[in-house]
Amino acid sequence: MPPIPNGVPMSFYLGLSAILFVIGVAGFIFRRNIITVFMCIELMLNAVNLSFVTFANHHKQVAGHIFTFFVMVVAAAEAAVGLAIILTVFKNRTTLNIDEVDSLKN
Amino acid sequence: MIDLLFFGIFAAVAVLCAINVVVQRHPISSALSLVGVMASLAVLYLLLGGEFIAMAQIIVYAGAVMVLFIFVIMLLNAGLEVRRGRSWMATLFGAPALLGLLGVLACLLVRWFPDSPIIKFGDFPGGTTKEIGMALFTDYLLPFEVTSVLILIAILGAVVLARKELD
Repeated sequence: MPPIPNGVPMSFYLGLSAILFVIGVAGFIFRRNIITVFMCIELMLNAVNLSFVTFANHHKQVAGHIFTFFVMVVAAAEAAVGLAIILTVFKNRTTLNIDEVDSLKN
Repeated sequence: MIDLLFFGIFAAVAVLCAINVVVQRHPISSALSLVGVMASLAVLYLLLGGEFIAMAQIIVYAGAVMVLFIFVIMLLNAGLEVRRGRSWMATLFGAPALLGLLGVLACLLVRWFPDSPIIKFGDFPGGTTKEIGMALFTDYLLPFEVTSVLILIAILGAVVLARKELD
């Protein structure tokens, strides 16, 4: 049995990031509620942020943290606009099911 | 040793909450699970030496963004999700595509970092508010200012989209 390391291997963090990202993609594919789909996008953004912070630690550079900061800002802006769009869609279509919002299909 | 313990606990919490986000049928349950994911990720950022990012994660994500989500869920009175009419593409190719994606990511991880370096708590002092502020207001000043314009545009867009009458 290998000795228990004094610390956490970097691949653990990157693996956790990959797992969270794949769970987010799964929700994006399988969920039908538009709000839940949106939350899964936020989950994917968070997974990528974890990778950024891990690499910032690995390369001893603050740039990864700065980039995470910008991703957070853009995600907040995206959430505001996206939820406004969801409100408008619900007002016009009275549905939250993404399969029923298919005007562009026809 | 204690690092590994903390990582294990909060990684498990993050993964369980993330799975709960996907499997819960009610959007409110998904939103609360997402808050759990974000809080445990904030602890992991602290372990990685990102103090400022950890606090920003709690305040911006778990605070502001999720409150916005919950407001919208309550405003629209979103109930249980109806599980019908799922597209055959998602049913047929969804799970294999996901497994393929995870496999590709794991393969890249093993190939790029065969002897993965050990990250100890406290060996990266560059994540403090001072360091990030210095970098943000010297090297990254232009992106920072552009970000403020982006936020302004996003606020205007949200107000215009969510007006009572869209004429």
